Amino acid sequence: MEDCLAKKMEITVSEAEKRTGRNAMNMQETYTAYLIETRAVESQNEGQCSPVDSLWRRYSEFELLRNYLLVTYPHIVVPPLPEKRADFVWHKLSADNMDPDFVERRRIGLENFLLRVASHPVLCQDKIFYSFLTQEGGWKEMVNETGFQLKADSRLKALNATFRVKNPDKRFTELKHYSDELQSVISHLLRVRARVADRLYGVYKVHGNYGRVFSEWSAIEKEMGDGLQSAGHHMDVYAASIDDILEEEEHYADQLKEYLFYAEALRAVCRKHELMQYDLEMAAQDLTSKKQQCEELATGTMRTFSLKGMTSKLFGQETPEQREAKIKVLEEQIQEGEEQLKSKNLEGRDFVKSAWADIERFKEQKNHDLKEALISYAVMQISMCKKGIQVWTNAKECFSKM
Amino acid sequence: YLQDTSLADANSFSPSMPISPSSMINQYKFEDEPELRDLFITVDDPESHITAIETFITYRVITKTSRGEFDSCEYEVRRRYQDFLWLKSKLEEAHPTLIIPPLPEKFIMKGMVERFSDEFIETRRKALHKFLNRIADHPTLTFNEDFKIFLTAQAWELSSHKKQGPGLLSRMGQTVRAVASSVRGGVKNRPEMFTEMNDYMETFSQKINVLDKIAHRIYKEEREYFNEMKEYGPIHTLWSASEEDIADSLKGVASCIDKCCKATEKRMAGLSENLLPIIHEYVLYSEILMGVLKRRDQIQSELDSKVDALANKKADKDLFSEEIGKLEDKVECANNALKADWDRWKQNMQCDMRSAFTNVADNNLHYYEECLATWESFLASQTVDRHREEDFEDRP
Repeated sequence: MEDCLAKKMEITVSEAEKRTGRNAMNMQETYTAYLIETRAVESQNEGQCSPVDSLWRRYSEFELLRNYLLVTYPHIVVPPLPEKRADFVWHKLSADNMDPDFVERRRIGLENFLLRVASHPVLCQDKIFYSFLTQEGGWKEMVNETGFQLKADSRLKALNATFRVKNPDKRFTELKHYSDELQSVISHLLRVRARVADRLYGVYKVHGNYGRVFSEWSAIEKEMGDGLQSAGHHMDVYAASIDDILEEEEHYADQLKEYLFYAEALRAVCRKHELMQYDLEMAAQDLTSKKQQCEELATGTMRTFSLKGMTSKLFGQETPEQREAKIKVLEEQIQEGEEQLKSKNLEGRDFVKSAWADIERFKEQKNHDLKEALISYAVMQISMCKKGIQVWTNAKECFSKM
Repeated sequence: YLQDTSLADANSFSPSMPISPSSMINQYKFEDEPELRDLFITVDDPESHITAIETFITYRVITKTSRGEFDSCEYEVRRRYQDFLWLKSKLEEAHPTLIIPPLPEKFIMKGMVERFSDEFIETRRKALHKFLNRIADHPTLTFNEDFKIFLTAQAWELSSHKKQGPGLLSRMGQTVRAVASSVRGGVKNRPEMFTEMNDYMETFSQKINVLDKIAHRIYKEEREYFNEMKEYGPIHTLWSASEEDIADSLKGVASCIDKCCKATEKRMAGLSENLLPIIHEYVLYSEILMGVLKRRDQIQSELDSKVDALANKKADKDLFSEEIGKLEDKVECANNALKADWDRWKQNMQCDMRSAFTNVADNNLHYYEECLATWESFLASQTVDRHREEDFEDRP
């Protein structure tokens, strides 16, 4: 069992606060800052509470941390951040970033992100991550000094480029396929869930209209009055109950969203493999063509058509000295190329090995988390049904007294 | 006048829909004195008739009875909507201050229900069935002669009978006069009781119309919810196709959602079969009752105007006295009839509302209980798996 950071340190994102400040263009802006609290976990025998350290971070700093991790650990499925903007909203839910409910759910999401990184066997050992949690000032400079930005730009370009790999590792191709499917199906599910939530909200809230009309009607009835009035009260309770129910469901939706974003991280690892493989294939191709050139020059035969060859035929051959010089250059390049190819091959194999290890770890985590999420969804439904039974039992009693 | 306004059988009603005449006996509620119903009516089997001039629907009306005044104990006739309209107007004519049950409307304006759609015909059939049964349960109306003819006469007999009696225009005139007299600022000698009834009906009418809208709105929301739910379950099944370990859990959730979806469809159906028709019936009833109160006022104003005329003309005192005497009797009978029928109506209304809303509560309870059972059994299956997994991991 690796001793990851999460076991040694308690990490929470305990508060969110609205701030105003000046941005890069010296314009006033409002943003939310999140309080990260950390505390060393003491052994239970001591019974003493260690002090809590805390610092404030904003969302953009979390993004910076994640981008750093993405670039520095391309073979790791890096945990995702909660969404930047509210997506999959249904009508009652606000799409506003400053909405307190959105901020609250984001706070939970950010805490979850930190815990995921802290319990990852590789990522938790990263110094930049540790400083993110413990060092308020100068952290941004420290990250930039690693120079990861340069790597980030080329990586981003590569991730978006299209190219054809001749011999990818089949497992990665299948995995990429899977991550696409996962992304597609979870998006679809979240969209429909939002619509279902909207409709369910409507059903419950419309029952609230009973309350007022029952009350007004009961005023003209002698025997029916009490039954009507009290039934109306229960209908109000029923209508109000949906707010809590749907709020709980949002947390379930957030759990699914995490894996929606995880799918992207998964695809990034697959793409990295493709990149490396493509690089390898290009290098091998290049080496082969150089070897061929060399052979041609040495033997004087021309197996492949080349413009140079044609021009030299038309305008006369090179001198033996020139040819010798060329061959020498090529031989040097070939040697370099073979070394590079060897190291690229090694790199590729290492990458596949370590990436696949993390992917296995990720798969287990995913299966466990999603199963738990589905169970929690069932628990929520059960609770909703029980509340419904209670309210309608009460209402039925009132109706029967009418 | 031989109007029986006794309240001995004030509780004779049938809130539920009997399926066949023979099952009707079971539907009847026995009060302190077990009273045997002796008239059983069903309306069913709508049939389309196409002639050169028009297309119309007839309904089969089956009557089973043990009453002496009926020649036979079973009758089967075909009636169209027009015939029901005729019956209603005859009853109103004969008993202007009795509460004649409502007929379904001629056309449904709201919604996209077409004139001859299956849904429309079925809704109408149920309402017509209720109409006849309410009349059968009414202590006075049940013995009405036109009612008997409606139930028993063959088509040609009915049309020849219809041609007798005051025409449509005179009936219209009666109602117009009734409305006009009430527009003229009410009746000055209206007994307190009827003013109270009027006030009650005004509020009741408002509230029942609001309830009608709410009930329809609820139905609409439930249907929209059902439509979305239909799509929700299958996504989980789709997802399970790309998974291995969690495929069973996903399929389990899909199955639960599908079952809940079916349960919600049942709940919707319950609403449309019970609450919506009852509330609609009472919307119509509120109009009927306002009309009855107006007619009573009109009968009273006939008397009042004669009394005024007498006060001004000393001559023909005897003649007037006789007329006034008759009118006084008329007013007294009308008032008594209405009072009794009003009490009966109120009791029925209370009962109908109680049973309709209790039925709504029951539907919702069944819905939630079904959903609860589904999710609990899913949860149990997952926990069993979890324990099995844990046991597996613990093994060396």
